[in-house]
Amino acid sequence: MATFHLRFVQILSVAALGMATTVVHAQEKIRIGFMLPYSGTFAALGVAIENGFKLYVAENGGKLANREVEYFKLDDESDPSKAIQNANRLVQRDKVDVLIGSVHSGVALALTKVAKDNDVTLIVPNAGVGAVTGALCAPNIFRSSYSAWQTAYSMGKVAAQKGKKTAMTITWKYSAGEEQVAAFRQGFEESGGKVLRDLNVPFPNVEFQATLTEAASAKPDAIFAFFAGGAAVKFVQDYAAAGLNRSITLYGSGFLTDGTLQAQGKSAQGILTTLHYGDGLNTPRNNAFRTSYAKTYKLQPDVYAVQGYDAAQMFAAGVKAVGGDVKQKDALRKAIRAARIDSPRGSFVLSKAGNPVQDFYLREAVGNENKVIGIAVKALADPAKGCRML
Amino acid sequence: MDLANFLIQLLNSVQYGLLLFMLAAGLTLIFGIMDVVNLAHGSFYMLGAYLAYSLSGAFDSLLLAILVGTILSVLFGLALERLLFRHFYDRDHLDQVLLTFGLIYIFEELRSILWGDDVHGAKIPDLLSASIPLTETMSYPVYRLFMSGVCIVLAIGLYLLISKTRLGMKIRAGAFNREMTESLGINIKLIHGAVFALGVGLAAIAGMIAAPISSVYPNMGSQVLITCFVVVVIGGIGSVRGALIAALLVGLVDTFGKVLLPQVAGMLVYILMAAVLLWKPEGMFKQ
Repeated sequence: MATFHLRFVQILSVAALGMATTVVHAQEKIRIGFMLPYSGTFAALGVAIENGFKLYVAENGGKLANREVEYFKLDDESDPSKAIQNANRLVQRDKVDVLIGSVHSGVALALTKVAKDNDVTLIVPNAGVGAVTGALCAPNIFRSSYSAWQTAYSMGKVAAQKGKKTAMTITWKYSAGEEQVAAFRQGFEESGGKVLRDLNVPFPNVEFQATLTEAASAKPDAIFAFFAGGAAVKFVQDYAAAGLNRSITLYGSGFLTDGTLQAQGKSAQGILTTLHYGDGLNTPRNNAFRTSYAKTYKLQPDVYAVQGYDAAQMFAAGVKAVGGDVKQKDALRKAIRAARIDSPRGSFVLSKAGNPVQDFYLREAVGNENKVIGIAVKALADPAKGCRML
Repeated sequence: MDLANFLIQLLNSVQYGLLLFMLAAGLTLIFGIMDVVNLAHGSFYMLGAYLAYSLSGAFDSLLLAILVGTILSVLFGLALERLLFRHFYDRDHLDQVLLTFGLIYIFEELRSILWGDDVHGAKIPDLLSASIPLTETMSYPVYRLFMSGVCIVLAIGLYLLISKTRLGMKIRAGAFNREMTESLGINIKLIHGAVFALGVGLAAIAGMIAAPISSVYPNMGSQVLITCFVVVVIGGIGSVRGALIAALLVGLVDTFGKVLLPQVAGMLVYILMAAVLLWKPEGMFKQ
């Protein structure tokens, strides 16, 4: 009897839950799925992206095109091996209308596959791997950040403009590093420079001594380095410790000094980098965004917050165009691709492949800031190598 | 490659090789004497690095941190041997692999709880932070000479301990024939505890002196462990002398590989291992 009773309760509660779901469904909230890192090294980046996204929605009364939104969050742990399973959970269980993710390039590649298989709109708010808006491009795939190519190509241009004739590159031997180095070489050599050699350090080794010795011995005019996070801190410090900062100019794409300046301290002062955002970008749009963000979260925003905010702006442009009817997927996506995004970084449009066509700023490390000191390349589009939609 | 470059790379090789030796010596001793496969050996290296990071921050002195850190890690090794490893000496190697593989995960989780997942640095003491200039663009950091010095002193100490002292004689006897040694009234359990703690101590010291130059980061132990296994396999399992020569060889191949053949640098030490095993299937100095 007791078993029967329990079973009855179970059936009732399942039925009640089912009805509850139907009720929720009747209100038809727009379902937004965040697949971002909430633990591990990239946790702060994931939080900043989510904060940025929610800030835009909040600024618009918590709605997109007059429809309520509902958020679904999942910690992707920056683990590509779990990415497909995780993304499928958001798509198939939570039935999200848009996927926002991720920081790690491997995870973003897996998300691209899931988004294509399930015909869900995907906006990548950070990962710069070229393939997302290159060989794997699709009508439902967008990026609100940058492609790795853009960041390093613009630095190559700058290095040549600064009168450097020869350069060497140093990065980890892995795909992100190779993409960056190739793009730097392209930018530098198009403007008359010559890359003498590409030096590699096995991933994720942070013992740079042997490689730096080799670079010091060859005496190029400049060195382009691609490292981020803890490795960037270590690299810039080792570079200074070896005395190289006095004899060979060090350049990097923004990752070398973004979020790492405090730890790098004196060693990083004066390093020039290029990125689509920087500190002290004194425009009304950026100032308004920074004030709003600081008020809401009691935190200063960074480039990741901007990318999250713009992901929301991009999606909102699509939702608006279909009057809130997110089931009209094609029209929604066409509208995103046609939109001009009024970003804190400066307004931008999307390329046919879905990647921002944006200005790249030249920044100098001063104190704890990457101060914008000019524009390296205006309205730079990613070549979207291998994309068949072009 | 000019002379100054060659000289610095040679110093780099020796310094890296000696550091590997500190780890490989413990690994090979624990295997050779107790017949225990210890995959968690790299975790002791990581423990050392994190201790150096925390203690040098607290004491404001890396040297004091190394001293205290050594004592703490040896005590940790003694406790671990008594509570856990002791019960696995007679078990299958597969059981030991499972145990120590599990330990890696536990240590990583504890590390995450205690220290978080960020990358940290440890400051080089002012006394050792200078560089010796060799040419206008090239100089060699004094701290790396200090590292090599510490390793050399410990390597000599280890040699004297094993080949010249009574304890060393008992250790060698225990490794050679355990039953016979026990029947002579030598307390083999005590010796095992001591050897294990010695191995843990060496690995932790390696981690502590490496902390300022390699950064302190998650999974650093597992990463270095693979290279250490290569060293032990090349040198011959159980041979401390083999470990020393193999470590220096791996240091040379790895360092010069990085600068001369960067495209395949990650593979070179494995190619070296394969070549040595073809020539001597049991390693260079199998006892």
